[in-house]
Amino acid sequence: MTPDPNISEERLTHVEVEHATDDDATLHQRLDKTWSDPSGFIGWFKQVNHRSIGKRYIVTAFIFFLLGGSLAALMRIQLARPENNFLGPDKYNQIFTMHGSTMMFLFAVPMMFEALSVYLVPLMVGSRNIAFPRLNAYSYYLYLCGGIMLFVAFFLNIGPDTGWFSYVPLSGPDFSPGKRVDFWAQMITFTEVSALAVAVEIIVTVFKMRAPGMSLNRIPLFVWASLVTAFMVIFAMPSIMLSSTMLIMDRLVSTQFFNPAEGGDALLYQHLFWFFGHPEVYIIFIPGLGVVSSVIAAFSRRHVFGYLALVLSLVTTAFVGFGLWVHHMFATGLPQLGESFFTAASLMIAIPTATQIYCWIATMWGRRPVLMTPMYWVLGFFFILIMGGLTGIMLASVPLDLQVHDTFFVVAHFHYVLIGGAVFPLFAALYFWFPKITGRMLSEAAGKWNFWLFFFGFNMTFFPMHILGLRGMPRRVYAYPPEMGWTAMNVIASLGAVLMTVSVLIFLANVFWSMRRGAIAGDNPWGAGTLEWGTSSPPPSYNFLHIPTVNGREALWDAAPNQAIVTGLRTDVREVLVTNYLDAAPDHRTEFPDASIWPFLAALATTALFIGSIFTPWAVPIGAIPVAITMTGWFWPGKEESRRRKATEKWAEEEA
Amino acid sequence: MGTGSNTSHPRDRIALDVSVLPDVVFGHRSLIWLGTVGMMAIEGTMFAILIATYFFLRTRTTDWPPGVSNPALTFGTLNLIVFLLSAFPNQWTKKAAEKGDVAKSRIGLLIMSAVALINMALRVFEFPSLNCGWDSNAYGSAIWMLLGLHTVHLVTDAFDTFVLTALSFRDPVEGRRFMDISENGEYWYFVLLTWIPIYFVIYIVPRIL
Repeated sequence: MTPDPNISEERLTHVEVEHATDDDATLHQRLDKTWSDPSGFIGWFKQVNHRSIGKRYIVTAFIFFLLGGSLAALMRIQLARPENNFLGPDKYNQIFTMHGSTMMFLFAVPMMFEALSVYLVPLMVGSRNIAFPRLNAYSYYLYLCGGIMLFVAFFLNIGPDTGWFSYVPLSGPDFSPGKRVDFWAQMITFTEVSALAVAVEIIVTVFKMRAPGMSLNRIPLFVWASLVTAFMVIFAMPSIMLSSTMLIMDRLVSTQFFNPAEGGDALLYQHLFWFFGHPEVYIIFIPGLGVVSSVIAAFSRRHVFGYLALVLSLVTTAFVGFGLWVHHMFATGLPQLGESFFTAASLMIAIPTATQIYCWIATMWGRRPVLMTPMYWVLGFFFILIMGGLTGIMLASVPLDLQVHDTFFVVAHFHYVLIGGAVFPLFAALYFWFPKITGRMLSEAAGKWNFWLFFFGFNMTFFPMHILGLRGMPRRVYAYPPEMGWTAMNVIASLGAVLMTVSVLIFLANVFWSMRRGAIAGDNPWGAGTLEWGTSSPPPSYNFLHIPTVNGREALWDAAPNQAIVTGLRTDVREVLVTNYLDAAPDHRTEFPDASIWPFLAALATTALFIGSIFTPWAVPIGAIPVAITMTGWFWPGKEESRRRKATEKWAEEEA
Repeated sequence: MGTGSNTSHPRDRIALDVSVLPDVVFGHRSLIWLGTVGMMAIEGTMFAILIATYFFLRTRTTDWPPGVSNPALTFGTLNLIVFLLSAFPNQWTKKAAEKGDVAKSRIGLLIMSAVALINMALRVFEFPSLNCGWDSNAYGSAIWMLLGLHTVHLVTDAFDTFVLTALSFRDPVEGRRFMDISENGEYWYFVLLTWIPIYFVIYIVPRIL
């Protein structure tokens, strides 16, 4: 086996004119036969297409959003009256813990990062699938299994009850016997493994699978946002995997990490948690910034102003985001000098955020943006996020933080940031890309009702919480006495929650109605400029009939009259084009794997290991065996395929 | 390839023909390389955070190691030597794979499988050499976890090496198998290189701090 010495001469990357031997219809048939995943019940578990998996992520994360929202509604019912006994203290503890954990780990990150990136990034960079498609399927099943495990535990009345960050010593073996906390800690493992897998896929897809010509300074801002988020996931999530593993081990096999009597430290847990937990906020929020840039460019009908400044702002936010974690720990008695550093860093985050907001305003300036539903959500995002940012600046200062620590002021602040920073852009994204995903438009009229009810409902619910916090109402209390003067504000907050509930129901009705009866969208209903709008809605199994080439930041707007397309990829196997890091010049071809049941089986084996290890440490060595078997099966090449590939393979010449 | 009926040929559009590009590439050009680097970044971060945890715990007590004797050096040091020496057969195997040399790749993989077995055997004796239990104190928990996490990586790469060795004896050995062998070598370097600071933290730091 020696590499073919002639390849270097043959390695043309110049443009040439080819003449047709096939028409598009034949090509469609061939590609569709090659790229279609199996259907049917068993077929469903074998699918590896990024859009199938992406849609599952979107639907699953949205269901968790509804579940988390229902839990919030229960809390608002409980707090609507003083001394209410709708929920008891134990139930209330479980419900606020489940609400926070579900919203952060099962909704926000999987939706804003995994779901949107997995569906959109390969389309936006002009590829036929995501890198490592089987890993992608595996990541989805792990996430699903982790979420189901948590809710099964909750419905069996063994749901976690120590808050979404499960601080020790409360969550340690002494104060939380039983298995409640372990389900929480293991849910972390499930969701973080899944997010880490997707982070690697996104990084590889963005760096290596862009359409020719899409150099790094031309990739869509949403893709930049996903890429930056993926890097944050890689450096933030290991921290919480370790801390939750240490917590399980302290509880199960008597390690002493967090036990001060044996040289451990409870603050170690907080450091590890928030070293993840603060970047987590940006992991949730940065994809939203990408959505906002996409929507504003499309509805202002112009290239975004300050592309470089926007990209650098995303990167800066990511870096600075790793230097803020201690501002969650101001009340723990850390040295004041250290606290001042973290105050300064926390204030600094306002700089890249403001830069982006000015760039967006400049993009819209003088353009009369088309005010359709996605733009409403974006404008709502501006208002809510700025409100959250302002209270963020207040909380960054130690004296104020100490005053309102663990009060409803903090609850108000982070709901403004998280709902403003993630849920408003998410609704913008759903209205914006629903036509691409389903081929039909969502109803504009229902969309406006959806928006205004949510906007008013949100402010009604959360604005009073600022005042409640300043008046001393602590977080996480299941009841309060009437003489505290908190009743009126709580009633307003609960009424706001009713409006938000109605709003979300309108959205659901809109989705179900529009999927059947909505106006047909066509390829590019908004006249937007990025590549996903250059294929049909919904896209075919192979995404693009011809892999496009790219001439500018908005690939469709900037395309030359006869913009070149890529030819010469095989259509009888799942072959994709790999391009180089900076310029996206064609580099080599590679064959992607077919649909397979193995990722699903591997995810089941991993699930058995994770759940088993809640009960016995032996689940780890024993459970590793089926994991190894399934993963080997996943990797194991078929003889026929190997023979076929070997017959035609072309080795690269050795690098100089 | 590239001119047969199995490729796409649209009518009269300017086309960028990629059929002549290679499909067996090594190193940073391949997707699997970048994916592996991503995994190393994740796992490297884990090691770094765990080492930070160790030093954080060091600040919580006056004695180090607290109330137990230092870890015994023998097996950890032997393992360090084996790891460092393994760089030679590893590089040899990697290069053989990148040249598509089946015979040499097989020999290299067999050697690397043996090396991994030796590393794992020595590792078994390292745990008792720590001279404390994982449940004795937080120091014990930290070094057990550090050694355990590195062992997980060692065992994973050993298993990978065994599977690739088996596959290398099954015809046909296609180009992407050589890519896998090359990446497996890359990953072995990660296991090797991370052992250097971890060895230092577990075995040397208690003696000097």
